[in-house]
Amino acid sequence: MGKIETSVHRRIWIDKFFKGLIILLSLGSIVPMLLILFLITKNGISVVNWEFLSQLPKPVGEIGGGISNAILGTLWLILLSFIFSVPLGIFAGIFLSEYRAGRLAYLTSLSIEILQGIPSIVIGIIAYVWVVLPMGSFSALSGGVALGIMMLPVIVMATAETLKLIPDSLREASLALGVSYPRTIMKVILPAGLSGILSGILLGIARVTGETAPLLFTAFGSPFMNQNILKPINSLPLTIFNYATSPYPEWHTLAWGASFVLITFVLGLNLITKLVTKKWKVQF
Amino acid sequence: MNHTIADTAVHASRAKITMQYKWGISEALFRRLLYFAGLILVVLLAAIFFSLAIASFPALRQFGFSFLIGKTWDPVRGEFGAFAFLVGTLMSSFMALLISTVFSLPVSIFLGEYFRHGNVSTFMKSVIELLAGIPSVIYGFWGLFLLVPLVRALETKLGVAPQGVGIFTSSLVLAVMIIPYASSIGTEVISLVPSDLKEAALSLGATRFEVIRKIVLPYAYSGIFAGILLALGRALGETMAVTMVIGNSNFLPKSIFSPGNTMASIIANEFTEATGSLYLASLIELALVLFIVTTIINISGKLIIRKMSTGK
Amino acid sequence: MESSVLKIENFAASFGEHTILKDINLSFSRNTLTAIMGPSGCGKTTLIRCINRMHELVPNAKVSGKILLDNEDIYNTDPIIVRRQIGMVFQRPNPFPTMSIYDNVIAGYNLYGIKLRKEEMDQTVEESLRKAALWEEVKDALHRKGSFLSGGQQQRLCIARALAMHPEVLLLDEPTSALDPKSTAHIEELVSQLKDGVTIIQVTHNIAQAARVSDFTAFIYLGELVESGPTARMFTGPKDKRTEEYLTGKFG
Repeated sequence: MGKIETSVHRRIWIDKFFKGLIILLSLGSIVPMLLILFLITKNGISVVNWEFLSQLPKPVGEIGGGISNAILGTLWLILLSFIFSVPLGIFAGIFLSEYRAGRLAYLTSLSIEILQGIPSIVIGIIAYVWVVLPMGSFSALSGGVALGIMMLPVIVMATAETLKLIPDSLREASLALGVSYPRTIMKVILPAGLSGILSGILLGIARVTGETAPLLFTAFGSPFMNQNILKPINSLPLTIFNYATSPYPEWHTLAWGASFVLITFVLGLNLITKLVTKKWKVQF
Repeated sequence: MNHTIADTAVHASRAKITMQYKWGISEALFRRLLYFAGLILVVLLAAIFFSLAIASFPALRQFGFSFLIGKTWDPVRGEFGAFAFLVGTLMSSFMALLISTVFSLPVSIFLGEYFRHGNVSTFMKSVIELLAGIPSVIYGFWGLFLLVPLVRALETKLGVAPQGVGIFTSSLVLAVMIIPYASSIGTEVISLVPSDLKEAALSLGATRFEVIRKIVLPYAYSGIFAGILLALGRALGETMAVTMVIGNSNFLPKSIFSPGNTMASIIANEFTEATGSLYLASLIELALVLFIVTTIINISGKLIIRKMSTGK
Repeated sequence: MESSVLKIENFAASFGEHTILKDINLSFSRNTLTAIMGPSGCGKTTLIRCINRMHELVPNAKVSGKILLDNEDIYNTDPIIVRRQIGMVFQRPNPFPTMSIYDNVIAGYNLYGIKLRKEEMDQTVEESLRKAALWEEVKDALHRKGSFLSGGQQQRLCIARALAMHPEVLLLDEPTSALDPKSTAHIEELVSQLKDGVTIIQVTHNIAQAARVSDFTAFIYLGELVESGPTARMFTGPKDKRTEEYLTGKFG
């Protein structure tokens, strides 16, 4: 009798220890995130003021300067990648949700999964080969192409998944009214899936905003303000990379400020996405 | 049967409807557009592969297989052997995998078994999502300014050359970055273990730990493995964070504390300075290798997951 | 003499290898309500889905024979035109969730980009909602989305939506089977009043309902039209033994 009792005690003790260990290690994964957010906020928030956001960077050695060209560059790149990926992505997503069996659907699905896993620097090289080489120079356009390729899988998958969840009864209601198939898809089905598609777009933008590698040899970066998409353009992540790896402490400070702006933007987008999904989701 | 005014009005509006329907795109054209959109994606992928292959052809032709085992990377002399970068990549990625699994597996068990609903669960899930959302350049920045001094201190204690940057540091940063990838799939498969299996074990008097160890984990094993594969795929391709803390050395790393380069980081460092078509082609060949390897790993992971959901 | 607005001649339908309907011959008189009844799986839903050419949306669907609307073969006409002349209400209410009640009613016009004048739109909406016995309940909430409506109200909205197109024929596919008894009674009442403007064909699982509302009844069993005729006659003196057995509940 006693033997069984001590063995049971031991097992219970191990059980409790295990649970404690799991909790400890799980909490341990929170630590890096807290450290990152804390560090960026501590070092970056004091740097951010109106001058910082509205001025161009100053040459080395001069104090001050800002990241206005980086902010604008980032916005331009978002716009370009949006144009390259959203229309195509939504249509491909509609394709996947309408044609669930069949050879092309399978191949498309597979292609999207592979595209999603391609390292971003490889995409940068592709954009270099396809746009920079023929053009003969770095440009915002090539950066937009690279980011657009990266955003495509996100949009396609969000659209396909959302539309697949829409019940058939909606299509039938529209078709039975004598509405044609194209109009049924574009005016009934697509609007019903808007929240899912929108959150896919926002998440795609959030992801692409923080990308640096594909821009290293496409958009390339620039210390100037540039509105011409055929010329090199700066972006927030590029600025952070260049300043952080430089030997000048003044630039490190700017990098902290830029990081703060970037993180706020990216996390803010994630938050907005959650709100959008909640508010606009269509219940069936 | 008398035709009333109402009948005429109805008839007129019907005629209006039927006449006006002719507007708009035809079904056949629309379907063709959809088809075309799908096709573009397939063609895009094929084009990426072929572009990489064609652009790296000069290097492929020049070096052949010795590209991957050549130990010397000397652009000045035109010698391009990528072995050092292969080693750097494998070392940093596998170490990162090891370190991150120590945390990602408990997180999966935490979210899949112990805290499946409620505020704690939501909190932890949000944290993991946040980790995945942080841009890699910020991870690199953080690594550069927080981890590097720490590792330098550690190296001093260990009597190793105190550089701070190196393969070990990069694997630390990578480990944090890939936690979300492994843990989210792990959480999914662990929470999908049928409860009647667990209840059967519990009713026999097993402790929670024993149920997890003997029932849940074996059942979810392939899914957990798939998650680890996908995390590996992510680690192999990661560029910015690694570039910022790995020390940028083109020599074969001698220990985990040596500086080095991964295939991704050497491209990031040298591409814009690359002169000469052989240099460029060699870097692009590295990109091709990265493309092939990450594709194989990602697809294997996804295949395992698909098999799990259809098989079980 | 009443004319037939819809005639089905030697009609058969199948999905690939499976034959669902065999050799159906049936005609429907203008402004009457015909109930189509039969046990589950007998093909009655398939029949009405053939009438508005929804059946062919399923892959491998095949039909043979003729269906004539006002003496024109609907299979020689563009299906979109057919569906605009023949309206349908489904088993489960399916109002468009992204549109307001008002927009739902005139969805058939909006989705087509047909621009009606505001007075025309308002008039159509009110008229259709009144016919569907829903006007009083929603007249102050026309621009809200329909999700707050009960099941019965949503179904009446769907009826209004179909009526707004001024169809010749209205197909009802077990419109009350997903509703509670009170809503069912409501809709039965309104449907019998609709006959004056439109010819109604109603599929029903519920024999008592068929007896209550319909002028004519057709009994389908295993894909065949067993018997059809005036409701009163069919229920009191069915000619076919199978009809009698179904009506007395021997199977169903």
